[in-house]
Amino acid sequence: MKINELIDSPSELTDTAASKSAVVLMTRIRLARNLAAQPFPGWARDSQKKAIRDQCMQAVAALPQMKRGLAIPVETLDELQKQILVERHLISRELCHAKAGSGIVISKDQSCVVMVNEEDHLRIQVLRAGFQFKKVWNTINALDSDLEEHLDFAFSPNLGYLSACPTNLGTGIRASAMMHLPALVISGQMEKVVRAVNQLGMAVRGLFGEGSDASGSIFQISNQTTLGESEEEIIKHLHGVLNTIIEQELNAREKLIETDPNKLFDKIGRAFGILQNGHLLNSGEAMNLLSLIRLGIDFGVFADTQRALVDRLFIECQPGHVQHAAKGSFDPTQRDVLRASRLRSEFAKLSPPDFTSAAK
Amino acid sequence: MANSLKCDLCSKPATVHLTQIVNSKIHKVDLCEACAQAKGVTDPSGFSLADLLLKASLNPEPVGDANCSACGFTQQDFKKTGRFGCPECYGHFSRLLEPMLESMHKGSAHSGKVPQKALSRKSLYERLTQLETELDQAIKSERYEDAARFRDEITQVRQATGRKEEAGK
Repeated sequence: MKINELIDSPSELTDTAASKSAVVLMTRIRLARNLAAQPFPGWARDSQKKAIRDQCMQAVAALPQMKRGLAIPVETLDELQKQILVERHLISRELCHAKAGSGIVISKDQSCVVMVNEEDHLRIQVLRAGFQFKKVWNTINALDSDLEEHLDFAFSPNLGYLSACPTNLGTGIRASAMMHLPALVISGQMEKVVRAVNQLGMAVRGLFGEGSDASGSIFQISNQTTLGESEEEIIKHLHGVLNTIIEQELNAREKLIETDPNKLFDKIGRAFGILQNGHLLNSGEAMNLLSLIRLGIDFGVFADTQRALVDRLFIECQPGHVQHAAKGSFDPTQRDVLRASRLRSEFAKLSPPDFTSAAK
Repeated sequence: MANSLKCDLCSKPATVHLTQIVNSKIHKVDLCEACAQAKGVTDPSGFSLADLLLKASLNPEPVGDANCSACGFTQQDFKKTGRFGCPECYGHFSRLLEPMLESMHKGSAHSGKVPQKALSRKSLYERLTQLETELDQAIKSERYEDAARFRDEITQVRQATGRKEEAGK
């Protein structure tokens, strides 16, 4: 498969997101793995890095899970292609900036990705739309075990899988959920939630990871510690924390609609109006408006079937996707025009909000 | 002033001294006014000492200056990047690492997945090397019965590793 074919074919996040999950948009697990007796990517010479990449990519691409997928060195991708992969949460920003010697293997359905020579030799990742830790863990565990047949991983009985950074030592696991938490944001409780989650040893980040903002009220919550507990325990703890956050979010929603339904409906109604009629929308504003529509769907203001559309637009409103759809390179203002035009045409098809069903 | 404690994060004189009990262990942190503010120490509910300890432990005092014998990585390199050079560094810099792990993770011993296949492959190869040496010795000292036994065992181990292409080597 070629990169442009992959970009244009249906993907896990943009096309299967028929999720009934009101709060969790996506579940993702990654494992950090390294080859035994080889320098980590950050310390390896270019020639060593290339040899490691060839060995890893060959082993990964041969896996049945990666059949008819894409296996490609990072340096052969242009900036826009890389940006699109980042926006789909398939690769990290760090990998985009990687110099020669890094690679990517992506499965056909874009749910399994292996980054080669990012911070570690291998970053194996599986993602699924919705709240599905069990399924994602089973998939990635099998993928890792299959890979183990062909590659000797750096492992110590005491310290577990050895990673370039000691913060990933042991299991090398990072499990995360992407959550839509508009009511906690609107009611000003998000800061409190972030603090509590941090206290429990978990991290909260914005949509695009470290340092990104929380536009669209979307947050990624993940474990931070990787050593001293098994993968299952780590996932179980995270799962527990996420369930509590879901409960908090749903409570906050109930409170919003009880105390001041007009204020809430006004926000949702205006969002719909702007999406139907706006002519200049930057990605942050588009995300925030889409977030309100999604909240509206959860309240029954719009049809339940529209949730998949909103989830897809969350990704397709990002700058890389907007430019790809318009087949060119555009400056930010031109992108805002293109984005608004796409949203106008999508929202022209939507039936108008029905607030009576939500008020009950 | 007799009290010359320095801030754990920068090296300005520390004026905020904080003791917190995390997992029934006492942790003490000394901070200057600016760092205390920046880290939200003044807001007790939002302050996590673990976070601070993590950062402080990434800047440890040097323990020896030797390089990793496998890849040449130094402690200064670790201080600069927060990453190690190769898997062997973990053994080489274990003294530096151990105190860090405690504040960084829930424990300091791995209790998760083990790469069974890779490990059994490794031990089979080690067994194979050992058998080959024994076979050589048996032939040299003309113990042919032993040699035949070693040869049979080698065939078995090779089958177990599933690498037939090496069987004729």
